[in-house]
Parts: sequence; structure tokens; C-alpha cells
Amino acid sequence: MEPQVSATGVIEAPAAGGPVLELEHVSLAFDDKVILRDVSFSVLPGRTKIILGASGSGKSTILKLVLGLLKPDGGVIRVNGQRVDTMSERELIEVRGDVGMVFQEGALFDSLTVAENVGYKLYEETNLPLDEVRRRVEEVLGFVQLEEFVDRMPSELSGGQRRRVAIARAMAAKPGILLYDEATTGLDPITATTIDEEMLKLRDLEEVTTVVVTHQLRDAFFVATHAAVPDGTGFRIVPADARKVDEAEFIMLKEGRIAFEGNAAELRASTDDYIRTFLS
Amino acid sequence: MLEKWVKDAVLEVQEYMRLQGQTIRGVFSRPFYFHDVVEQFEQIGIGSLTVVILTGFFTGAVLALQTGITLDQFGARPFVGRLVSASMVKELGPVLTGLMLAGRIGSGIAAELGSMAVTDQINALRALGTDPVRKLVVPRVLAGFFMAPVLTIIANTVGIVGGWLIAVFQLRVASSLYWSSILEGLYPEDVWMGLIKPFCLGYAIVTIGCHVGLRARGGTQGVGRATTQAVVAASVAVIFVDFVVTRLLITLTY
Repeated sequence: MEPQVSATGVIEAPAAGGPVLELEHVSLAFDDKVILRDVSFSVLPGRTKIILGASGSGKSTILKLVLGLLKPDGGVIRVNGQRVDTMSERELIEVRGDVGMVFQEGALFDSLTVAENVGYKLYEETNLPLDEVRRRVEEVLGFVQLEEFVDRMPSELSGGQRRRVAIARAMAAKPGILLYDEATTGLDPITATTIDEEMLKLRDLEEVTTVVVTHQLRDAFFVATHAAVPDGTGFRIVPADARKVDEAEFIMLKEGRIAFEGNAAELRASTDDYIRTFLS
Repeated sequence: MLEKWVKDAVLEVQEYMRLQGQTIRGVFSRPFYFHDVVEQFEQIGIGSLTVVILTGFFTGAVLALQTGITLDQFGARPFVGRLVSASMVKELGPVLTGLMLAGRIGSGIAAELGSMAVTDQINALRALGTDPVRKLVVPRVLAGFFMAPVLTIIANTVGIVGGWLIAVFQLRVASSLYWSSILEGLYPEDVWMGLIKPFCLGYAIVTIGCHVGLRARGGTQGVGRATTQAVVAASVAVIFVDFVVTRLLITLTY
């Protein structure tokens, strides 16, 4: 599906309901080390894709390819219908406007406060009035329940708080797609659950398409089998209905190849030795 | 083994040239992060004042002491000012300021950008729609390029004052004689040479620091390695660029 170019030269989004993210036969190698081999999958709007795999299996690389931070050796990558694997850095900036990424360990800017981190894109890359940016920063920090940390430095935050600030930063510019790179790795189970709940809130209350890269099975299944529902002024986390659970798709990577693709029930029922070992 | 070394060296040079191309493009096109430029002028310029003043002062003073002894053998002690000023303005001011900046600025930039690179902050910048070269490299290069000459002039001035103190209080040379010998000994060509050099040195120090920092890999160990590499490469570059520019300017101006 190639993007349509209008008479004014503007690249138009793909037809409603089509995939917002597509990888077709993507491969990548660094020198002799093959990272990804013939990886293909797509993600529909508002859905969840969970990429599982052992360390070094190429999971995080996929997210960097989607954002155009790396270029594949072969294959096609489309984001919102636009081919990103052939785009220049300047062209990618527009595509990245609709994609937020939560990096491993947060990757917060050490020299900026929490507010400056969260509002970075709005302060630096848009012409929004400062009071409007400040309002949006307070809004998203409220969303991740960290309003009182607005003027703190990242070094003063705990691991879980850093991840939540990273989520707030990724969502501040209201992207349609959010990529989470090991967002819960290294956190205790209780803190990890709060991060999982933030993902669910964004997916179900803000209708953000979600791609989660993790090797934490507990968090992967939690995100796949739960949903956030509005509850007065707040929200509630409830077990997801069968349709929602079915829509959350898993991918298992093994040595750069897709070893499994399917939903939570299919993953649990898999008889593949590698998957069984991984799940156990 | 040799093939890999050559390949890595060529890649390194290619990436360094590419960074310079992107930087120069970034200086003359938008977006331009003015706030960061001002911040870097303050950090690189004002932040380096103490070390440059101390280095300049003691270099001028020791130059007067050493040349005073030698000049005495020829009965030429009153010419100490001419020697101090010519040495400081043409050579020692720019080179020693450059070496101090390589230590302070080159290492600082490599460590800062290196830490950002290994903790994915550079990728985070790109993901948020910012070109790291425009945001991080251009402000530092502009600050290094324009502040190195200013710092060199300060080092020269303080060095001449240091030499004056030694000349007057140690060598017992009349103050007026010292200053008049400075004015007589300085030619416009010397001043031009002393002013043009630091532009080149400032540019080389900062671009090397940025290049090495942005290419840092491998956690905190990688940052440490990058910092050492930046100081070594920038220090050698200072001496090398100084030689090349001196040779060129001698051909052009003398």
C-alpha cells in the first residue's frame, strides 16, 4: 500500500482502518552479526502488539527501525502509510510527530527538569504559547500521577518515576502510536504494574496504538489481558473482554526471526520447545 | 587486522567530515537553537576564563624569567618585553590556550555527549523530532570558534602583565621600557597570526570533542574512552593545526 500524494503534494494517510505500522521482509545485520531476518508484521490502529524475545534477539532494534533511528538492509517499513526506510532524517521528523517512544531506562535528559523533559518537544519544536505548553505538561504529568515532581531533576526520581516521566514525555505531543522499549525491566512487580496500567490507560482511554517490547512475561500478559475503563474522573483496570484479549497480538523473536505470531491463548498453547522454555 | 584498522580509520575520517558538513549546514539554516548557543558561549567562554588567565599569567611570568637570564648574557635585558610579547602573541598564547581548552572543553563535550549517546538520550532527541547536530553540535562549535580567540587575547594580555611584573620587580627593568619594547616588537603580521590561529584551534577542539562524544559506545567505560580520546586527539590537533596555520600564514603574510 503506497501512500497517496494529493494534488498539493501532501502525503495523505492510508485508508481508515488499515495498518498504522507495517514491516515487510525486514532484515538487518551489523558487520557479520545478523540482527533481523525477514521480519514481517503489521499493527492496526488502537491495537496492541507485544514483541517478546530473549536479550539480543532484535526486539529493541525493531522499534528503532520503526522510528527511522536505524535503516534496514532490506525490506519495507511503513508508518501511517508512509515508507520510512527510504526517508531522509529531515523527512522523518514529520513521521516521528505521530510516534512516541519510551526508551529503556527512560533516556530522560539529565540537564533538564521533569517539566522541561516532558514538554521538550512542545517547547523546542513547536510554536505553542508557553502557558499552553505548561498546561499540557501538567496535564500529562497528572495522567501519570507525578504532578508534584514537575520541578525535580531526573536524578532525584526513582526508577519507576523515571519510566512514568518518559511515558509522559512520549505522550505529550499526542502521538497516535506509542513504542515501549523494555519499559518495566528492572522494576519491582508493584512499580511494573503501575507502568503497565499507564500503557493500558493510553491505549484504552486515549486510543493510542501500542507496541510493547519486553522479556517480562508477567507484564506482557497483564497488558494483553486487561483493559482500562473510565471511572468517574479516574479510571479502573479490569480484565479485558474476549475480543480485546484476542486483539492483543504477540510476536516471539528467536535469533532475529519471528518464531511465533498470535494471541495470548495461542502463545500459551504453543508446543514449540523454545517458546515452552521461554514461557516456563 | 591491518585491513580492519584501515577500514575503521577511513570510516572515522568519513564520519568526522560528515559531521563537519552537517554542522556548517546547521549554522546557516533553520531551526537554530539560539538559547543553546548563548548557554554554550557562557559555558565555554566564561567557564574557561580562570584556567586561561592562570595559564597565561604564569607563562608570561616564566617567559620573562627565563629570557631575562639569556638576554643578560648579551646585555639585552631591556628587550625582555619584546620577547615576551612576540612569544605570547604569536605562539604561546594561542597554543597554550588551545591546549587548556582541549583539556577542559574537549573532554567536557566528549563526556557529556558520550553519556547522552550511551544512555539513548541522543536517540530520544531524534525521536522527539530534534536534529542532535543542530541542537548539540552547532552551539558548541560556534562557541568554540568565537570564544577561543577572545580567550587567547585575554591570555596574551595577562601573560604580558605577568611578564611585566617579573621584568619590573625581579629583573629591575623600567616599566616604560618594558611597554615601549612591547609596542616596538609587535608587528601587524604577528597580531594577525595570533588572532587567526585560535579560530582554527577552537573549531578543531570542539568538532573533535563532539565527533568522539557522539560516537561513544559501550556504557560508562565507553564514555571514559571517548573522553581520553577527545583530549589526546584535540591536543595533538592543536599542535598540528598550529603548525599548518603558521606555515600558511608565514607564506601569505611575510
